[in-house]
Amino acid sequence: MRRIAVPILTIILFLLFWEWLVWFNDWPNYKMASPSDLGPAFWKYKTLFFSFGWDTLWRTVAGLLISIVVGVALGMVMGFSKLLQEGLYPLLIGFNAIPKATIVPILSLIFIGQHDFNTVLIAFLISFFPIAVSVSIGLSTLEPEYRDILRALGASKLKIFWKIALPKTLPEFFGALKVAVTLAFIGTNLMEIVSPHGRGLGALFDSGKTNSDYPLMFAVLIALAVLGIVLYYCVVVLERIFAGWADQLSR
Amino acid sequence: MIEFNNVSHYFSSKNGELQVLDNLSFSVPKNGFSAIVGPSGCGKSTVTKLIAGLMKPRKGSIILNGEAVQSPRSNIGMAFQNPVLLEWRNILKNVMLPLEIVHNKLSNEEKVDRARELLALVGLSEYENSRPSELSGGMRQRASLCRSLIHRPEVLILDEPFGALDAFTREDLWLTMNRLREKESFTCLIITHDIRESIFLADEVVVLSGRPATNQFSIKTEKESNDNLDQLYTPHASELLNILREQIGIARRKEMADK
Repeated sequence: MRRIAVPILTIILFLLFWEWLVWFNDWPNYKMASPSDLGPAFWKYKTLFFSFGWDTLWRTVAGLLISIVVGVALGMVMGFSKLLQEGLYPLLIGFNAIPKATIVPILSLIFIGQHDFNTVLIAFLISFFPIAVSVSIGLSTLEPEYRDILRALGASKLKIFWKIALPKTLPEFFGALKVAVTLAFIGTNLMEIVSPHGRGLGALFDSGKTNSDYPLMFAVLIALAVLGIVLYYCVVVLERIFAGWADQLSR
Repeated sequence: MIEFNNVSHYFSSKNGELQVLDNLSFSVPKNGFSAIVGPSGCGKSTVTKLIAGLMKPRKGSIILNGEAVQSPRSNIGMAFQNPVLLEWRNILKNVMLPLEIVHNKLSNEEKVDRARELLALVGLSEYENSRPSELSGGMRQRASLCRSLIHRPEVLILDEPFGALDAFTREDLWLTMNRLREKESFTCLIITHDIRESIFLADEVVVLSGRPATNQFSIKTEKESNDNLDQLYTPHASELLNILREQIGIARRKEMADK
């Protein structure tokens, strides 16, 4: 009871304070929105919210899926080969050091008009790094005894990977995936906001900005928060299913 | 049967080649149980890797049951100081792991029965559905022993398996080990730091010299019984203990002198 009541009460108090702030200052809608404006804004643009929300969602998930494939592949390569790790690591760190917001305009210009493509691309580029690093660290720190118990029986490298290395790396992988899903979501929205005549919640936000339609902008923020939470908890559920055993370890 | 014939082995290090084993020869008869003791860092673990076929000796040969070891083979079981159980599997599934690698014609039921038989022998029957994290160190090591024996290997290699356990748990596991030896048939080589352990478990104790290790001394323990700890406190056992301690002292002094 308390676990549910306390957060809900806090949220209600926060919304009341927000409503009061706007009312007290007498801000019009082209200056600031109040919580009571959000409902009508959602209702007015409900079809756009659904279709653009879907755009944002699938682009984020597509980018994340590519991230998983590429990140795991890179991580495996670096985890198994010391030489390739020494070669690739500095390159990856350099790439990761570039604030991704600066890549957004570059990509949106190179692939101008291809909204789906460049949005998925930035979601991927922004989010594969933590996955690659965590998988490579997980694999390269595998204690040699784990390998030896199977190697001594004549198991192939592939079998050792499937039976031991991969499951043992899953907790690290999901830790990274939680970071990656948030990053991919940021990437998608950055591109949707910047791309001219785009689609997605980011584009809706941008059109709200252009028209000083604060109720719409805040409604988009709420929708993004909801979508972000849903994505994050999807990863959490997957983690419970596939790497729940690690949870018991830390207890 | 395990035979080491004039085995020499080297590691490459920053300062060139480092000799680990020097002309090492010893043998463990079929269904025998030998212990290797020696100063730390003398190359004892290298011996286990060579037998398992995880490394090839530079010189000499290693023969298991008449066949020279060239590469890993499935008739071997191994257990280390670290029990390396897979945390995402329960104990039963952990014990059954080698059966997923080694070629065998067992049905799934037979595999489970075999695993349960071993778990019963080491007193872990109630824990087959537990995760490794729910078990104590001694229990994990028991499970690790079951895993090393599940595929009925002809040779069992134990690399300081009880080194990380407290003294009481360790003695418990010595008795467990002897119970396993009674019920299962395998040729066993144990690497250990503990002289009492070597006397209690093994039929013959081999003392390795300091690096590069060679067979400095060996002695048969000639025990009467295997099933209680009293035999460690007989005059015969004290004598063995003194002889072995003296030999290890010699090995250590030789190593110091070489440095």
